[in-house]
Amino acid sequence: MAIDVIGLTAERAAALLRGRECTSEELAQAYLDRIAAVDGELHSYLHVDPERTLAAAREQDASGGDGLAGVPIAYKDLLSTRGVPTTAGSRILEGFVPIESADVVRWGDEAGLVSLGKTNLDEFAMGSSTEHSAYGPTRNPWDVARVPGGSSGGSAAVVASGCAPWALGTDTGGSIRQPAAFCGLVGLMPTYGSVSRFGVVAFACSLEQVGPMTLTVRDAALLQQVIARDSDRDATCTGPREPIALPEAGRLDGITFGVPRAELEAGVEEGVRARFDESLAIAESLGARLVDVELPYARHGLAAYYVIAPAEASANLSRFDGVRYGLRVDAPDVRAMYEATRDAGFGAEVKRRIMIGTYALSAGYHDAYYVQAQRVRTLIRRDFDAAFGQVDAILLPTAPTTAFPIGARLDDPLAMYANDIFTLPVNLAGIPALSVPNGLSEGLPTGLQIIGPAHSENLLLRLGAAFEAEHAFDPVPPAMRSAS
Amino acid sequence: MSGGWQRDGYEAVIGLEIHVQLDTASKMFCACPNRFGDEPNTNVCMVCLAHPGALPVANAEAVRQSARVGLALGCRIPAASEFSRKQYFYPDSPKAYQISQYDQPLCAEGSFHVPGEGAFTVRITRAHLEEDAAKMIHAGGDAGRIQGSAGSVVDFNRAGTPLLEIVTEPDLRSPEQARRFLTLLRATVVAIGASDCDMEKGSLRADANVSIRPIGSAGYGTKTELKNMNSVRFLARGIEAELERQLGLVLAGEEVRQETLHFDPATGGLTSLRSKEEAHDYRYFPEPDLLPVTQDPDDLAALAGQLPELPVARFARLTGAGLPEATALLLATEVELAAYYDELAGRVGDAKVAANWVMGELQAHLNAAGIAADASPVTPARLAGLVGLVVDGTINQTSAKEVFQALVEDPAADAAGVVEARGLAQVGDADELGAIVDGVLADHPEEVAAFKGGREQVIGFLVGQCMKASGGRADAKALQALLRERLSA
Repeated sequence: MAIDVIGLTAERAAALLRGRECTSEELAQAYLDRIAAVDGELHSYLHVDPERTLAAAREQDASGGDGLAGVPIAYKDLLSTRGVPTTAGSRILEGFVPIESADVVRWGDEAGLVSLGKTNLDEFAMGSSTEHSAYGPTRNPWDVARVPGGSSGGSAAVVASGCAPWALGTDTGGSIRQPAAFCGLVGLMPTYGSVSRFGVVAFACSLEQVGPMTLTVRDAALLQQVIARDSDRDATCTGPREPIALPEAGRLDGITFGVPRAELEAGVEEGVRARFDESLAIAESLGARLVDVELPYARHGLAAYYVIAPAEASANLSRFDGVRYGLRVDAPDVRAMYEATRDAGFGAEVKRRIMIGTYALSAGYHDAYYVQAQRVRTLIRRDFDAAFGQVDAILLPTAPTTAFPIGARLDDPLAMYANDIFTLPVNLAGIPALSVPNGLSEGLPTGLQIIGPAHSENLLLRLGAAFEAEHAFDPVPPAMRSAS
Repeated sequence: MSGGWQRDGYEAVIGLEIHVQLDTASKMFCACPNRFGDEPNTNVCMVCLAHPGALPVANAEAVRQSARVGLALGCRIPAASEFSRKQYFYPDSPKAYQISQYDQPLCAEGSFHVPGEGAFTVRITRAHLEEDAAKMIHAGGDAGRIQGSAGSVVDFNRAGTPLLEIVTEPDLRSPEQARRFLTLLRATVVAIGASDCDMEKGSLRADANVSIRPIGSAGYGTKTELKNMNSVRFLARGIEAELERQLGLVLAGEEVRQETLHFDPATGGLTSLRSKEEAHDYRYFPEPDLLPVTQDPDDLAALAGQLPELPVARFARLTGAGLPEATALLLATEVELAAYYDELAGRVGDAKVAANWVMGELQAHLNAAGIAADASPVTPARLAGLVGLVVDGTINQTSAKEVFQALVEDPAADAAGVVEARGLAQVGDADELGAIVDGVLADHPEEVAAFKGGREQVIGFLVGQCMKASGGRADAKALQALLRERLSA
């Protein structure tokens, strides 16, 4: 049978497989056909290996698995995949093939998920538009002249375009939530330490988590069930505090939402603000109470983030030295080899952050930058702790704008960084947040961010399901409907 | 000897940094075997090769062993300590940072007493846990060193080996104190079982910070660092040479430059490795991939209670049992000898008798054979059999030496069997001895006359003659008594 994969949720795909309405191989083939049809323009995948994918699908068909077995998935190319090239969007890892898979990929394999390929990203996840990929930008399925967001822009674009039912992304400062918002998807950034980072090419260890990017809130819950596990290979990972439940939409009586009104004054696009205000009204209509909360230090999150994340990155990226793997540019001595390799292998944004981070950790500047930023981080965490003493969850727009045109912010790093003002503080606090579609503004998706205390994923998913049901958002971009 | 090094109005100020490779089954931050001597680059994984996405997980046994060493060094073990990243680019450092500890070490503020003549105490600044670097082999260079080498290869088997770095305050005042301190420290770590501390294999490496200052001055002179001394003896010699060099400079009115030096034991020369101007900014920051190490006070108390007898306590026990200090120190610090002694003393039931045998016959045999005590064919059990025969009077000292030699030569023999087979049981029977004595006295009328004339020392000669006549088997005491009896008759 011909399977229409556009808008097909993973939950529905699993039902098709379990009802024997199609095989995993047929499903994978349908996605591969779709990729062949539209990804030339979108450039959302960095690596697709149809033979490997179909072989994995046939294996699932033969093993007669249950649950999600046989459902396809796409992985951000920051996640190590054993035997399959993993570039992190960088020239310095061109041709690198990991010897082991990331824990989350291993668990996907255990659940019987079939990989369709590796998705594009900003180099080493450093960016908010996927334009910083060394392999070229990804285009937004809602408007191919615009960015899909980033850094998990490839994962967002493959799901929005019907090139995968769902995908995994990573979020260091908004890299799941912002592209999910830009592409009309659901994106969950889990509590720090609930998902293993083993095998995730490290950008900023203390900030990043792997999470689902999906068409529905229920799909996000299903994928979170697969990846949220304790791991003995990540010392900071203890898994979820309680099992992830499948959410049902319903009323929100007894729920109190905090709205940080002062934060909203900081340059939110009119259409985004209007959609956000509508969601506040929806919340009240469902029985929830709205109260103002203050997050006085959150506005310093951007500054603190751009010290801490580059500081960690400057160390994490030092291993790319041309000695053991990846790119090597030969030179007369080892020092010159390091310099030539790193100069050729890293893009401008990565170099910028290595410089910032190295500077921030240098003798004489360490206390003024790194230590000070850590103090701010502590204060931001306390801001959220205090707020969650009063409210169940906090509502904010995911990003202050809709997807911007390709190239519009490339020459202005600060403007690019500022797109993450509502997401960064959440990473600094290590708490979870869910972005759900929040209607369109001038034909482009906007996102509603629901932020909760640590290990409140089940609550966030339930709240997200309620908004999702009220919005009845169609996640298939108009252009994608006709494209098949 | 163990007083301070003082020359021309200057005294020595020495501190040590000691790296101990911990003898754990696996590496510090991954599950690879922690083993010396395997094929290069076979005990490696994603973590110790620093592949993208690899994460460290701290080895709990290494933490435990480090805490035990810290307790033995009288350190405070803080409730929480922290790993940090120490950043530098070099091919032996796969991540380009070493996971080490910075301002929150596992062990802090200890003190370590070195007993014996000229006893002294050294303050321990800290002991912290870190990972070893990979091993660089510089092909074509002089003895594997980088000078003049054509190229380098890297063996990552060593990368990630748990290392405990012990740092002392500059409390040592002579090369000899440094030697004594390091010897006792090494014995302590070995007694704990945390490491074999084999300096030749590099499982214990010592750097020395050396300076001189006018006697009585409270300040410090410019220090130099002597790197990677690979024996306790070379450490002392290297420090001695460096002190002389610094003194020469100062007396000539020149300045000591802060630099890192290599001591060549073959030539006794010192070469500069790098000056401090090239010093690194290591850009330390807390390791975000690891949680702080927490220590439960009850667990620490239990660990402290479970420590074996340490060399310092051993020294006190042995001197308390009446052994001379020099003997006690040797038996407290020479690890293999100490274990041998303990077993022998336990079997023999007499500390002094056991010590005499270990310091005498056994040491001579070990030196001649060039082996350690635990490798001797004369096991404590076999030696105890021999000592028992001496103690109960079955054989005399002369025969005992012969039996010992027999035990060395024939690992299957036992002392009683040798005595039986060779008829070495001593002659103590009055009739038999009497016959021998009578014969000797009859053969040496001049000596008998001399003795009776007051030259009593002649008796030594007569004893020797009797012993000879007995084939060395005569009971020396009984013989003496009998001779005197006959001569004074």
